[in-house]
Amino acid sequence: MTATPKAEKERRLTYAQAIREALVEEMERDPSLLLLGEDIGEPGGVFGVTQGLLQRFGAERVLDTPISEEAVIGTALGAALLGVPTVAEIMFSDFATLAMDQIVNQAAKFRYMTGGRTSAPFVIRMVTGTAGATAAQHSQSLEAWFTATPGLKVVTASTPADAKGLLKSAIRDPDPVLFFEHKLLYNSRGAVPAGVDSLIPLGEGRVAREGSDVTLVAYLYMLPRALKAAEALAGEGISVEVWDPCTLVPFDRAGLRRSLEKTGRLVIVQEAPRRNGFCAEIAAIAAEEFFPLLKAPIKRVCGTNTPMPYAPELEQFVIPDEERIAAGVREVMRNAVRSASGS
Amino acid sequence: MVLIRRFEERAAELRSLGYIPGFLHPYIGQEAVAVGACAALGPHDYITSTHRGHGHILARGGDPRYMYAELFARRDGYNRAKGGSLHIANIELGIIGANGIVGGGIPIAVGAGLALKQARQIAVHHPDDPRARRADGVAVTFFGDGASNQGAFHESLNLAALWRLPVIFICENNLYGEFTPQHKHQTIRDIATRASSYAIPGLIADGNDVLDVYRVVSKAAEDARKGRGPTLVECKTYRHRGHYEGDMGQYRPAEEVAFWLEADPIKNYRRLLLAGAICTEDELRALDQAVEQELEEAVAFAKASPPPAPEEALEDVFVESYGGRALL
Ligand SMILES: Cc1ncc(C[n+]2csc(CCOP(=O)(O)OP(=O)(O)O)c2C)c(N)n1
Repeated sequence: MTATPKAEKERRLTYAQAIREALVEEMERDPSLLLLGEDIGEPGGVFGVTQGLLQRFGAERVLDTPISEEAVIGTALGAALLGVPTVAEIMFSDFATLAMDQIVNQAAKFRYMTGGRTSAPFVIRMVTGTAGATAAQHSQSLEAWFTATPGLKVVTASTPADAKGLLKSAIRDPDPVLFFEHKLLYNSRGAVPAGVDSLIPLGEGRVAREGSDVTLVAYLYMLPRALKAAEALAGEGISVEVWDPCTLVPFDRAGLRRSLEKTGRLVIVQEAPRRNGFCAEIAAIAAEEFFPLLKAPIKRVCGTNTPMPYAPELEQFVIPDEERIAAGVREVMRNAVRSASGS
Repeated sequence: MVLIRRFEERAAELRSLGYIPGFLHPYIGQEAVAVGACAALGPHDYITSTHRGHGHILARGGDPRYMYAELFARRDGYNRAKGGSLHIANIELGIIGANGIVGGGIPIAVGAGLALKQARQIAVHHPDDPRARRADGVAVTFFGDGASNQGAFHESLNLAALWRLPVIFICENNLYGEFTPQHKHQTIRDIATRASSYAIPGLIADGNDVLDVYRVVSKAAEDARKGRGPTLVECKTYRHRGHYEGDMGQYRPAEEVAFWLEADPIKNYRRLLLAGAICTEDELRALDQAVEQELEEAVAFAKASPPPAPEEALEDVFVESYGGRALL
């Protein structure tokens, strides 16, 4: 899908600015929408995303909270149940662990347990991934945990345009949505459509780069790395299609299928540890549902099964870099079992 | 206190020179709390610390060489370059760890208190068990005013009170949680009042007066050692700098900063020592020089320590790492 309707003016914004713009537009559109989070008011958030919003919308709508993650998420849920939409911020997604009861046992299940009679429309914005030596308690990529909990939608925004469009959809969505933002993307720039209604629907993936030999699935900070790897591989004569799922739940099976129909080969990248990462789910979907399209075994390129170490040397070893991504693609090209010559 | 101050100042310098990656939360201004409290502790006592942990670790006997090596992400660091500033731990020294999670160390100290209470039983029934030596031990947890809003704080106080555990909860009220002043994150002024909800003593110390902290924590420790249960101690203090290195702290009123800089714990204690003729200027200068010397050597040690080999990332996940590899 194309993110930018041609009629709309394109401007280049940072990822952080795009998120802020989405918040501003939605708060203006819906005067009942509230923001909740630690240090989101006067200081404008640790990453500057909510800068200026307190001044603009007042302390009644931009609620700076004490350090009390469980109460913050429970409060957002309670307000949402009474029809007051909220966007709650967890400063580092690692701290979502303190709010797990409210996210997993309460928010995720409310609609189901009430037989569909009650829904909980709120968004939890979470900052994920490592930013370099942020170490084990500030660097985790926990998205797969939440995808394993039915009742939660999980968004991973990888570009400024996606961040804006997906956050707006998340806010208007009738269910609880977890919105993952990567620390290292906040300063990245890209074209972002203007306009209140520049929504990107949840559940639609995006071809970030066209190619014909291999489908390389990547999201969050692995997306720019995958794009660079694809660029390098083009020089070796390998045409890589980079595909960003944009949302993990709901997952765009049709989009993945379309890409595999072109390429027949699949490499999946994630920053999170390999074991039980969302890569495994994507690989399983492809193997179960699209096996006839595959010309080679699927390859996962992931973080190691370790906590995130502090030392930069160790961290570089843990997280996939361009070279490891490229190596994964080359391996899949080599291992083609049903390539033109073989079958 | 001087060692902590200079350790922190140097750490800030070294960070600006690129030696230290990651976060650094300076403890400057709060030294009297760590030193006064740890002076009341013995070899069988344990502490848990926070994201602002260097002062606690030094006051508990942490070696600046291994601390700098850890901050530099070098192999000889306390955590072999896996932890960094936020996670320095050393059980032998009674340091159960700094912590990146606000409030994270508080329940862990309750568990340490439970183990120490059990050590009293072990001492009676199995006096030869090495754990029996801890029979007079207490557990101390340091945390901030902001952390006292976490569920973990309240749950821990309740549990420790219920089981009369030898735990001292030390709140360093430096008036800010990150960028948020105390009055914007809680309605009370004195965090010590929260003790009354759990029917335990809540004491207030002048957190910029090392002797006052020592006096109050000694009292709490004596109670804990005698089986009278936990105490909440609030130390009123201030951090001179921003929340982390890089934060200028401009959200704080200038008069407030000036007031607390005047109340600097080191300056005041120096004055006291000189006025009481307990020390001479020369002796204090010699102390400063000794600290300089020690830190000079510590920095040199850390610089000489090699970085870890990348594959070491896979070690230490479990006690047995199956041929040095993280498990599949
Ligand atoms: C669970 C959790 N929430 C939020 C943070 C981010 N954070 C780090 S330090 C801090 C402020 C802590 O304030 P306080 O407890 O008063 O300690 P101080 O910094 O004043 O020493 C916050 C919000 C965190 N590390 N952990």
